[in-house]
Amino acid sequence: MNAPLDHRPTEPSAEPATEAYNFAFLDEGTKRMIRRAILKAIAIPGYQVPFAAREMPMPYGWGTGGVQVTAAVIGPDDVLKVIDQGADDTTNAVAIRGFFVKTAGVATTTRTAEATVIQTRHRVPEVPLTERQILVYQVPIPEPLRFLEPRETETRTMHALSEYGLMHVKLYEDIARHGHIATTYAYPVKVDGRYVMDPSPIPKFDNPKLHMSAALQLFGAGREKRIYALPPFTRVESLDFEDHPFEVQRFAAPCALCGARGVFLDEVVTDDRGGRMFVCSDSDFCESRRERGETGE
Amino acid sequence: MIAQTTAATTEPTDIAPVAEDAAGLPILTAHGLGKDYGGRIGCRDVSFELWPGEVMAVVGESGSGKSTLLGCLSGTLPPSAGAVRYRMRDGAVRDVFALSEAERRHLKRTDWGFVHQDARDGLRMAVSAGANVGERLMAVGARHYGAIRGEAAAWLDRVEIDPARIDDRPTVFSGGMRQRLQIARNLVTRPRLVFMDEPTSGLDVSVQARLLDLLRGLVADLGLAAIVVTHDLAVARLISDRILVMREGRVIEAGLTDQVLDDPAAPYTQLLVASVLQP
Repeated sequence: MNAPLDHRPTEPSAEPATEAYNFAFLDEGTKRMIRRAILKAIAIPGYQVPFAAREMPMPYGWGTGGVQVTAAVIGPDDVLKVIDQGADDTTNAVAIRGFFVKTAGVATTTRTAEATVIQTRHRVPEVPLTERQILVYQVPIPEPLRFLEPRETETRTMHALSEYGLMHVKLYEDIARHGHIATTYAYPVKVDGRYVMDPSPIPKFDNPKLHMSAALQLFGAGREKRIYALPPFTRVESLDFEDHPFEVQRFAAPCALCGARGVFLDEVVTDDRGGRMFVCSDSDFCESRRERGETGE
Repeated sequence: MIAQTTAATTEPTDIAPVAEDAAGLPILTAHGLGKDYGGRIGCRDVSFELWPGEVMAVVGESGSGKSTLLGCLSGTLPPSAGAVRYRMRDGAVRDVFALSEAERRHLKRTDWGFVHQDARDGLRMAVSAGANVGERLMAVGARHYGAIRGEAAAWLDRVEIDPARIDDRPTVFSGGMRQRLQIARNLVTRPRLVFMDEPTSGLDVSVQARLLDLLRGLVADLGLAAIVVTHDLAVARLISDRILVMREGRVIEAGLTDQVLDDPAAPYTQLLVASVLQP
């Protein structure tokens, strides 16, 4: 990563590079612009607010939207946690955590309960969040109607007029083809009885956690330049049919490492002879349990 | 005047019942309708009244303004002059272009239908036949999968598509089947007015005959009013009660279909009638 142009010689220091970068990388004007978009998004839950997303020093698809939202809301006293697919130690999580350590010098943690800002890709932590926490989602495609109606002008009109019949066409098609609603992630939700929203590619297992969550939830899509939000304690309903109600995934066995039930599990292949195990996708949740002496089979 | 209303028969809640006292009044009225494309004329000075249950054909050669007129009447193309008024289900007469966009879109997917010349424009090719028929039901609030599917199967049967093909996509349907699917998709909300733009062109003659037969039956059974744009006089003869003949954007002759086709008054209509090939 290159430092901004500066003709003075710079000394490597133990301190975070706050001299070379503005706090949290973005300049203050940009942060104000993003905060305005966030405030508007909070005022209209589930509505996609356009914002002037910046080029970030990482490729699109790696969380440029989430990083900009985090940069706009984080302060020097915040404690940051970054997860990717539930884990703190995956590439995307490590890279983004390193980015904020370098550019903001904030404290980081892997403990969900200790964090004040959590940036996530594809999961909601298993531990219920509190009012003092902000959950920032990385969103690849913010428009839930995109694959049904490719015209952005048309989808915006549909949102404006609450014309959401098409969303049910997709669910109908699922049932017709698979016998049940086969959408397992990015499962569309209706926010506060008004806007239909893509909850980002979290498993539908996590959808109920969005409902009436105590934490502020912010969604940032960098490539698509959209921000949307769920204020704390907002109604979030997953769409369904009367005779095919919404259901979350169920797992036959508990986590192989910590024995947890009722959590989202990842399949881990352990050898090339068909060996595999199912373990918690939320690595912090699993480790905390094991530290307390819980074990799997 | 007391508006007596009939109870809604199907479950979707979003469709208002029809006021019964509207039966003796025109359902759609065009007043001096005109559309210019810059300096060129699309259509000019078109006025007529369409009654409930009446089928009107608009005929003329290519470029005579038929499709422009249909676009204006169906609320898709804002006219340069004149007005289109529609008698809503509650009996109130409203200017189609003075409706809010929400009202106009609601009207289009409940009380109106539009059958496109190319079924691809009117269907969602990526979803199954059942979802295509069910879309309008879901758009007006139906949320029971079994009921939607049942209704879709019944409509497929009604337009002579084997209900066993309910889960097939329109991409694997023949041209005639696609056109029939498009009709079912439009009629599922029991519209009172259907616009058709060349519904039979592009189909071979025997398929055309079958489709026309089906359309005639449906129009009669459901008491639909329809405006059918066609360049084919035989189609007009078969399904329409009344006919407008257009040339260079203007209506040059109007009247009962049989009267106009058997005894055309305008020289252009005479030419048009005389130019039909006799096998």
